[in-house]
Amino acid sequence: MKFTLSWLKSHLDTTASVDEIAETLTDLGLEVEGVENPAEKLRGFTLARVAEAAQHPDANRLRVCMVDTDEGQKQIVCGAPNARAGITVVLAKPGDYVPGIDTTLGVGKIRGVESHGMMCSERELELSEEHDGIIELPSGSVGQSFADWLAEHDPARVDPVIEIAITPNRGDALGVRGIARDLAARGLGTLIDRDCDPVPGAFPCPITVTIDDDARAGCPVFYGRLIRGVTNGPSPRWLQDQLRAIGLRPISFLVDVTNFFTFDRNRPLHVFDADKIRGGLRVHAAQGDETLVGLDDKTYRFDPGMTLISDADGVESIAGVMGGLRTGVTEDTVNVFVEAAYFDPVRTALTGRALKVNSDARYRFERGIDPTWTPIGLEHATRMILDHAGGEPSEVVMAGGPPDVARTYRLDTDRVQSLVGMAIAPEVQRASLTALGFCVEGDLAHVPPWRGDVQGEADLVEEVARIASLTRLKGQPMARAQAGVPKPILTPMQVRIGAARRALAARGFNECVTYSFIDGAAAKTFGATDAARLENPISAEMTHMRPDLLPGLLQATARNQARGMADLSLFEVGPVFAGGEPGEQETVAAGLLVGASGPRDPHGARRPLDVFDAKADLEAVMVALGAPAKPQMFRDAPAWFHPGRSARLGLGPKKTIAVFGELHPRVLAQFDVKGPALAFVLYPEALPLPRKTGAARPALVLSDLQAVERDFAFVVDADVAAQDVVNAAAGADKALIAGVSVFDEFTGDRAAAQMGAGKKSLAIAVRLQPTDRTLTDKDIDAVAAKVVEKVGRATGGVLRG
Amino acid sequence: MDDLRNRYLAAIAGAGDESALEALRVQAVGKKGEISLKMRELGKMTPEERQAAGPALNALKDEINSALAARKAALTDAALEERLRAEWLDVTLPARGVARGMGTIHPVSQVMEEVTAIFADMGFAVAEGPQVESDWYNFDALNIPGHHPARAEMDTFYMARASGDNRPPHVLRTHTSPVQIRTMEAQGAPLRIIAPGRVYRADYDQTHTPMFHQIEGLAIDRDISMANLKWVLEEFFAAFFELDGIKTRFRASHFPFTEPSAEVDIQCTWVDGQLRIGEGDDWLEVLGSGMVHPKVLEAAKVDPAQWQGFAFGMGIDRIAMLKYGIPDLRAFFDSDLRWLRHYGFSALDVPTLHGGVSR
Repeated sequence: MKFTLSWLKSHLDTTASVDEIAETLTDLGLEVEGVENPAEKLRGFTLARVAEAAQHPDANRLRVCMVDTDEGQKQIVCGAPNARAGITVVLAKPGDYVPGIDTTLGVGKIRGVESHGMMCSERELELSEEHDGIIELPSGSVGQSFADWLAEHDPARVDPVIEIAITPNRGDALGVRGIARDLAARGLGTLIDRDCDPVPGAFPCPITVTIDDDARAGCPVFYGRLIRGVTNGPSPRWLQDQLRAIGLRPISFLVDVTNFFTFDRNRPLHVFDADKIRGGLRVHAAQGDETLVGLDDKTYRFDPGMTLISDADGVESIAGVMGGLRTGVTEDTVNVFVEAAYFDPVRTALTGRALKVNSDARYRFERGIDPTWTPIGLEHATRMILDHAGGEPSEVVMAGGPPDVARTYRLDTDRVQSLVGMAIAPEVQRASLTALGFCVEGDLAHVPPWRGDVQGEADLVEEVARIASLTRLKGQPMARAQAGVPKPILTPMQVRIGAARRALAARGFNECVTYSFIDGAAAKTFGATDAARLENPISAEMTHMRPDLLPGLLQATARNQARGMADLSLFEVGPVFAGGEPGEQETVAAGLLVGASGPRDPHGARRPLDVFDAKADLEAVMVALGAPAKPQMFRDAPAWFHPGRSARLGLGPKKTIAVFGELHPRVLAQFDVKGPALAFVLYPEALPLPRKTGAARPALVLSDLQAVERDFAFVVDADVAAQDVVNAAAGADKALIAGVSVFDEFTGDRAAAQMGAGKKSLAIAVRLQPTDRTLTDKDIDAVAAKVVEKVGRATGGVLRG
Repeated sequence: MDDLRNRYLAAIAGAGDESALEALRVQAVGKKGEISLKMRELGKMTPEERQAAGPALNALKDEINSALAARKAALTDAALEERLRAEWLDVTLPARGVARGMGTIHPVSQVMEEVTAIFADMGFAVAEGPQVESDWYNFDALNIPGHHPARAEMDTFYMARASGDNRPPHVLRTHTSPVQIRTMEAQGAPLRIIAPGRVYRADYDQTHTPMFHQIEGLAIDRDISMANLKWVLEEFFAAFFELDGIKTRFRASHFPFTEPSAEVDIQCTWVDGQLRIGEGDDWLEVLGSGMVHPKVLEAAKVDPAQWQGFAFGMGIDRIAMLKYGIPDLRAFFDSDLRWLRHYGFSALDVPTLHGGVSR
């Protein structure tokens, strides 16, 4: 919402400066978005009088002027044809910045004659395009500020324009008078009485108005009157100036009147060329598929139920949104029908939204205007039209009746203290509300009809505090919820999520935060259906809620590879979406690795990363999260993994706690990632929470007896899993065997040549920890025999000869 | 005897290695060594001669033994020096196993932890809620009915409905405020929570991304006032920016779910195009806040006649940008490794009140 200072001052008698007004508006909740003050760039220019003007000795078109200024008489060379003795001019002195020529003046020599300044044209001061001569003022004294002179004699030239943001509740501030009322309530001036007496009708209105029953909700009341014999044409200068200043194009006087009241009083009006209306006007609900060419030359087609205004020839106006071209006013209009109606906010909003029309009228009706001012607005408009365009008004026609918007709430003057924490005297509270137009009787406050947003006692408190200024609010310590040292507040799951993040960063991963939405193809690759599809995505890359974190990490990897970074380890901890219902969401942690283990170095440590790197990182995070030590491993990882180089970890076959592996080459191709890429996804919410057992650890039991380690090499079929060999060996003597680890694998053609086709060798170390006595060779041999037997039975493995 | 002594000491001093030294030892003080033989001859001497020669020979033997030991130690030291010289390495070569470089925590995660640490001290727990949200929780319960202009202004993302499913479409939550309703429904009053998380709005330009992060604050009790809100926020900003006495300004505003409502600015100034928080006369808008609207309490089954409190919502990305001087919001979600390393935080930099919340 834009308005000029002079417009504001037509409603508010105030001596406050623009800055004061702007600051106060922001504080009142009418946040100032910008102030454009033309006087700012004129500051410094003063009035001067030309005492003498003589011909320049060396130039025909130049004059050497002696100019009386506030700093004495100065010599100035001037080329303007109108430079002559006796005229009052606008002076720029050396050191002044002249905006129209983008120059800071100095003392100059022009054709050999010194010049101490410049007498300016309007173009040089960016006041207009006028440049035929220098400014000649009809009045003013030497030394007077030019900005002040303009403010006094031609205020529109230096009228500051203020733009404010309007919160949805403050429809009333969409008229200059509403803004003035707020400022007056704050004490920044007094509201100027601008009432007008009703204009009596000279004859009955020949145009009838009816509202169909199906349109009563959309248009409760409709007033109008004919004014015949008007002379339309350009608006008076002051009106054109005001409209232009706030960015509106003056069209013709009759149309400008409607725009004026839209911004002056938040009272949208419509004018019809009465000679183009056939029969009476009928307000009705659309049947569907009617069309209208609007004032913006676009064709609109209506849905059933939208409120329309029609005459015998069809639709001619969209209620509260836009008028039609057919019956619109032109320069030639002599008989005008002025409409002032009240349209329902919700219906106007829905119609405007469906038709995608953003008009000043819609903007106001949907925020709610003062319904009681509808007939008064019509009288104001009539008066203005008669004053400037002449004509003879008919009586007012009316259909329907104004809605009852009277509301009364109890004013509890203690509530400001208890809710806001400000001490404001009860009489001050009542005075604030009264100044805002409330009628306060005892502890009852009647809400003014233009404040549809005030819907309860809390709103009264808000108004009182707002007028008193929240800037005055002083902070007051809030007591702790409980005395003493604060208790921990994170849930075990929140702690776990944080630990996953820090554990991954500690292992060298860089945390990413990628968008929750991905493109449809990526979503499908990772198993999503259309259940989590957006209705109105912002781009084709962001159509589905992500079912997995890996697509985002793959895209991030591709972007980084394109920037020349080859070795990447990225992770994200964030939400994934199984469907489109609230709660079909889970927080997971995922990591993605590509490239080599590190930079090239002279130690030869660099090697390509492989699936066991991803496994190591995954296991480290699982340890950090307190995952069960030995989850089961299933070789049925999802389809986006390499089928032979991936696995799923579960607590039982159904409950997946993690997946890891090398990603499928087809997936890498889809995401333009240069592989191989290794990945893991961990589901922290699937891990059981440890039972709370208190802080104390179980006692540490240490044995003084030396542990013994024995190595075994088994020849097994090439497809036997090492884990099966380990499990079998560990089961040979659960009391004595403290650990089994694989330390060598011999596989491939050379192994087959030695041990037979389809065979490989696995070497394991079995660690025996005696508990009560030192082991004898016999003991050890007995356990070793059991290990061999168990492994043989479980895997078919035989000791390598 | 002096002659003997001088000869052996000279020979020991000149011995080049341990075997030469051993030969000298055998020659001098071995069983059949020169000095040992002389000592054996002591028995044939007169008591007077013996009295003179005995101590002299013993002294000579000790001296020779000491010289042998000293020379042996010197030789060992020299050998060690020689080995160390041979073992010289160019230790300016790069370290081994710098692996993939330093891991980093994203600024959004770090700042969320910082904020959590501060509010935890004031007794606020961390609440969470779904990001795909029903329109009731995202709008209606927050006093934003279907026709409210605020709905249109929020640039809401809607979830697609399967054909035949005629329920109103779910939305991607446009703010963290629905967590207010869900938490009050679940826990009732009194209550103090913050709710950080992702929020979504269909907007993408220089300063907006379709996803960003907010943190909601909510405190409900019998007598919590807006003055308490101001104190809590001032304490928060002082702790978060580590600036004592940072000033805030409350400006009247409007949010459908609070009443009265205020936008909150923090004190700042611009020096050479650089923003400085906590100094100067300018103000920077950082959050929206207010007293929870009675209709919101009612929607969450909390009796507004008994309970009142405040709520606020603040952009996490935004305060991260302000605090750590990060210029561009869009880069937060681009995952450029160079950006992640430059603006990220070490895994060990866990923000705490006792250790400091800033890095």
